Amino acid sequence: MRFESPATSKEAVALLASEKGHAYILAGGTDLLVRMKMDLIEPDLIVDIKGIPAMQSINASSTGSRIGAAVSGAELGEHNKLKKLWPGVVEATNLIGSDQIQGRCTMVGNLCNASPAADAVPALIAAGAKAVIVGKNKRRTVAVEKIITGPGQTSLARDEVIEAITLPKRAPRSGDAYLRFIPRTEMDIAVVSAGINLTISRGIVTSARVALGAVAATPLLVPGAARAIIGTKLDDGALDKLAAACSRACKPIDDKRGTIEYRTRVAGVLARRAAKIAYQRAGGA
Amino acid sequence: MSAVLVSTTVNGDTVEFACPQDETLLDALRNRVGLTGVKEGCGTGDCGACSITLNGRLVCSCLVLGVEASGNSIETVEGMADGNKLHPLQEKFIEHAALQCGICTPGFLVAAKALLERKPNPTVEEIRYALAGNLCRCTGYDKIVRAVQAAAKEMRKKK
Repeated sequence: MRFESPATSKEAVALLASEKGHAYILAGGTDLLVRMKMDLIEPDLIVDIKGIPAMQSINASSTGSRIGAAVSGAELGEHNKLKKLWPGVVEATNLIGSDQIQGRCTMVGNLCNASPAADAVPALIAAGAKAVIVGKNKRRTVAVEKIITGPGQTSLARDEVIEAITLPKRAPRSGDAYLRFIPRTEMDIAVVSAGINLTISRGIVTSARVALGAVAATPLLVPGAARAIIGTKLDDGALDKLAAACSRACKPIDDKRGTIEYRTRVAGVLARRAAKIAYQRAGGA
Repeated sequence: MSAVLVSTTVNGDTVEFACPQDETLLDALRNRVGLTGVKEGCGTGDCGACSITLNGRLVCSCLVLGVEASGNSIETVEGMADGNKLHPLQEKFIEHAALQCGICTPGFLVAAKALLERKPNPTVEEIRYALAGNLCRCTGYDKIVRAVQAAAKEMRKKK
């Protein structure tokens, strides 16, 4: 195995493109090294992206934010401006693993690992986040919900690398929130999760995005659930419709962490609670 | 597989070692640097027995490659005592009998130190959350939490 630590995204892409064997990108390594340890993968090349300046920084502003692919969960949690603009995105990322894991794990790693239960992803989808992808001949910007195509599968080509996540312009009176259900208080994988992002005007929801995790093969954007609350003051009737739309969108599996019935029901419950938090954060009563 | 020369700082000292490129920092610290306070529990980032700080950040050394340490600064449990004088956390762990078999202890000490540097007066709940990445199968955690509280108190007095 060869270890490379390029200084630019272009160099990283060139290394990935020229490798004939199995090449992997290393950011925090909290998934990659586990897979190596368990002999699930045997890399011929590892490309460490942490030395690439364009991937190391956070720019947070109400006119748009950008988070480098190598930024750790801990760094994200210490960025007060980003936390103020996008508390749901930051809290979702900070739910991943322990303090030790937070010291290394990244949002983009969580996305590219492509787990249906990835905590950062529903919050990013709800936020309208985009991935800035660098390839051999071009750059492209893709909505986060288009990245994961199945468990452990992404739409990225083998010589493409995500350089950063961008978050859109933040209108005044906006708020987001992410909730997950786990049977313990910490250090677990979501059984069900919900991310909500909304903007209000005079108490009325003017725009919203709703995303669910761990209830299908990929995290889901649920436009019907957003429509259920747009134009309302998030009254009980609207919340009931939101919960029903979320439950309808679920295509979960039965496993040791939860049954189909349980996940379907709890998706609605979590969406309801997350919507209330987001509404409050937006300045709604 | 070719090894590469890694030059890094461990507990304030410059250290160089030849490291195969797929070797973890945990194995490199134990087998090449001789720091056996870093323990392997699970090897997959769940138990925290291999906790160290890398450039001041608490991490599991089993989830870091040895080659990644190049040019960076590492602190392990071996750097906690000042010569023969134990760190307050180490003293309080002994006083409160916060260990039995001892395998998890270096990881708990390093993680608790990282917590107290960030938060000198943590609540019990904050201590339990901050140490959620460290598993202990002997103590039931209660004595560990008390030892961390006692050490925090001691360290606040000294400041």
